[in-house]
Amino acid sequence: MSPWKLPLMSLLVGASLVSADGTARAYTVYVSNEKDNSISVIDSEKLEVIKTFKVGQRPRGIILSKDGKWIIVCTSDDNIVQVYDAKTFEFVKTLPSGPDPELLILHPDGKTLYIANEDDNLVTVVDIEGGKVISDIPVGVEPEGMGMSPDGKVLVNTSETTNMAHFIDTTTHKTFDNVLVDNRPRVAMFNHDGTQLWVSSEIGGTVTVMNPADRKIIGKVSFEIQGVAKEAIQPVGVRITKDGKKAFVALGPANRVAVIDVATLKVEKYLLVGQRVWQMYLTPDDKMLFTTNGASNDVTVIDVENLKAVKSIKTGRYPWGVVISQD
Amino acid sequence: MAGSVSKKWVQERLHRTWCAGVLAAFAAILPMPALAAEDAAPPAASADKPVTATPDAGAAAKEGAGTSAASKDQVTISVAYLKQLRDRNPPLSLLDMPPADEGIAGAKLAIADNNTTGKFLNQSFKLDAVESANVDELIKAATERNAAGVNFFLADIDPAGLLKLADALAGKPALILNVGSPDDSLREENCRANVVHTAPTRTMLADAIGQYLAWKQWRNWFLISGPQPEDKILAEAFKRAAKRFGAKIVEEREFKYEPGSRRADGGFEQVQQQIPQFTQNAKDHDVVIVADEGQLFADYVPYRTWVPRPVAGSAGMIASSWHPALELWGGTQFQNRFKRQTNRTMRTLDYDAWLATRVVGEAASRKQAGDFKVLNAYIHSPEFEVAAFKGVKTTFRAWNGQLRQPLIVSTPKLLVSISPQPGFLHQFTELDTLGIDKPETKCKAYIQ
Repeated sequence: MSPWKLPLMSLLVGASLVSADGTARAYTVYVSNEKDNSISVIDSEKLEVIKTFKVGQRPRGIILSKDGKWIIVCTSDDNIVQVYDAKTFEFVKTLPSGPDPELLILHPDGKTLYIANEDDNLVTVVDIEGGKVISDIPVGVEPEGMGMSPDGKVLVNTSETTNMAHFIDTTTHKTFDNVLVDNRPRVAMFNHDGTQLWVSSEIGGTVTVMNPADRKIIGKVSFEIQGVAKEAIQPVGVRITKDGKKAFVALGPANRVAVIDVATLKVEKYLLVGQRVWQMYLTPDDKMLFTTNGASNDVTVIDVENLKAVKSIKTGRYPWGVVISQD
Repeated sequence: MAGSVSKKWVQERLHRTWCAGVLAAFAAILPMPALAAEDAAPPAASADKPVTATPDAGAAAKEGAGTSAASKDQVTISVAYLKQLRDRNPPLSLLDMPPADEGIAGAKLAIADNNTTGKFLNQSFKLDAVESANVDELIKAATERNAAGVNFFLADIDPAGLLKLADALAGKPALILNVGSPDDSLREENCRANVVHTAPTRTMLADAIGQYLAWKQWRNWFLISGPQPEDKILAEAFKRAAKRFGAKIVEEREFKYEPGSRRADGGFEQVQQQIPQFTQNAKDHDVVIVADEGQLFADYVPYRTWVPRPVAGSAGMIASSWHPALELWGGTQFQNRFKRQTNRTMRTLDYDAWLATRVVGEAASRKQAGDFKVLNAYIHSPEFEVAAFKGVKTTFRAWNGQLRQPLIVSTPKLLVSISPQPGFLHQFTELDTLGIDKPETKCKAYIQ
């Protein structure tokens, strides 16, 4: 099935996704469009873009503040992080970063922001309220992936050319361990009880799952798709459901999202989505997964329960990051 | 707003650069024991095991250095760059003048990259560049360094000189990484077991263009080659590509010229007359292919042909391992790092040397070792792979030590495409649709 047919299908399936379940709520989905310097705002109930607004140059990593009031986005080519009001989409302020900020993550306290500066071998620690750099943490070459343990004690950064997951103590801002993973690690993601850390390796073509407590490797997920060259299988985005049972891995130019059974670390299913799928985000109720498909300028909506792609929604050019409101 | 933002950013950056410098200085003076790792473990087994190290000096001091089960001393790995100052005519365009540190600057960047990784693993990397017009001097320098413990040699040397170097270092703990010669014979009938190649071959480059032209369905080629022996070999590579990808050489001509001085005041008047005449009355063709490895006339061809046709090969649309405007696959940051270091854009020789030096660094970090036997065996093993801003892993061909990689098809300012082109299929890897493949290889030095 071609991804182009998805919109037609969604008329049938997409509608049932919401109406069949009376508890489904409307969340707001924010997608950064790398090439358009804009953010597309999607209503998760209508499954359509309700607003597009301009931001700084080359927006990539995007998160929401803890209270959900602010959109915080890396505008990489401006070498800065920008803050926008999540309701009015008005510009609020800028936050400092290093050169070429790419991905960022919030401490659970909501006060501290950690930014991976792809061009500087540093993770920058920023106090959001004061807008000041608190610290810089030297890491490997081309820092990118950012994972935060649920208790906020450990930050994990991945460096794309050094090929490591750097474990950083969030109180001392020092690395306390560095674990080699396969080539070009892009994303680090803790599961919800903090017992596993998943690291995707784009060029290595694998996802390494480790125990954050002792940094021992629990297992490795490999992928194989009939008819797709193995070089095209490039894992990037990782999301794990709150019950810890299913993980989703975006496979880049393979144009698929892999569904993984966490217990066995085996791939259950490959879901065809748009082209060059990188980042993903689950709705807070874990019912829907939104994927950014950079090369086809759309996001795919996946029905998590039925493991089906139900709709593709046109965004700006080269959608990169995605984040979803908590209510 | 933009003004204040950028000013603020500059201030922040200055502050942070200072912090980073201080941190780096601390890291340098404090002992950094490493918790490592299965030195002698076979690659298949170690691939699934974690390799960890503790760079945190504070933590190490608390625990007491040396208490860890596998703490190790600092490992230093030296790489020597051997640059032959070749007697070559300068290229036509002022824009193409080779900088003095061409190649060496790429190796230098990779040393910095390796060291950033190395600081987490208690490894450090050093570069030592030797330049001479005399190959024997380079060989002498290499032999001396090898005796003093240097095992890795980047060679930017002509084919005859490279073979001499390889034979001088044969049987010694030395690996030569060829960055400076596209010569297929070095990977084929003259291949040596102690040489691997990051520079792409002429056949790989010609195939990269050939596949793109096949995709365009520009099947009728007018092949123009220069009088130099290298031009003839390159022309053969294009003929081979034509045959492989269903194109036809409808006309072939040799452009004879006396290189003379590169530049004279004026001079264009003659060229403007000369090229149309030279290309007159050629059989119907879709594209002109120029084989001029020394870049001594190829750039005269575009826009001056008798009939209006695009030009590819050594001018117009070219194939290469790198392009100074490539921004795909994290290339932007890579280009920026190089520019900050070198104050110029990255050339293909810089890239090939960066990649060769990264091969050494990647092997050292994966094997947690500086021991030559371990690293050399790993580099030659099917497990070895290195990421090189090409979107896919790059690996060595097991039958001749040639690095397989996607190649860039470009015009002077921008990327046109990446070869292999989609649809050119291969039993094992599509990257082997570029250049001489295993069934055709004449290399005997590598175990098949």
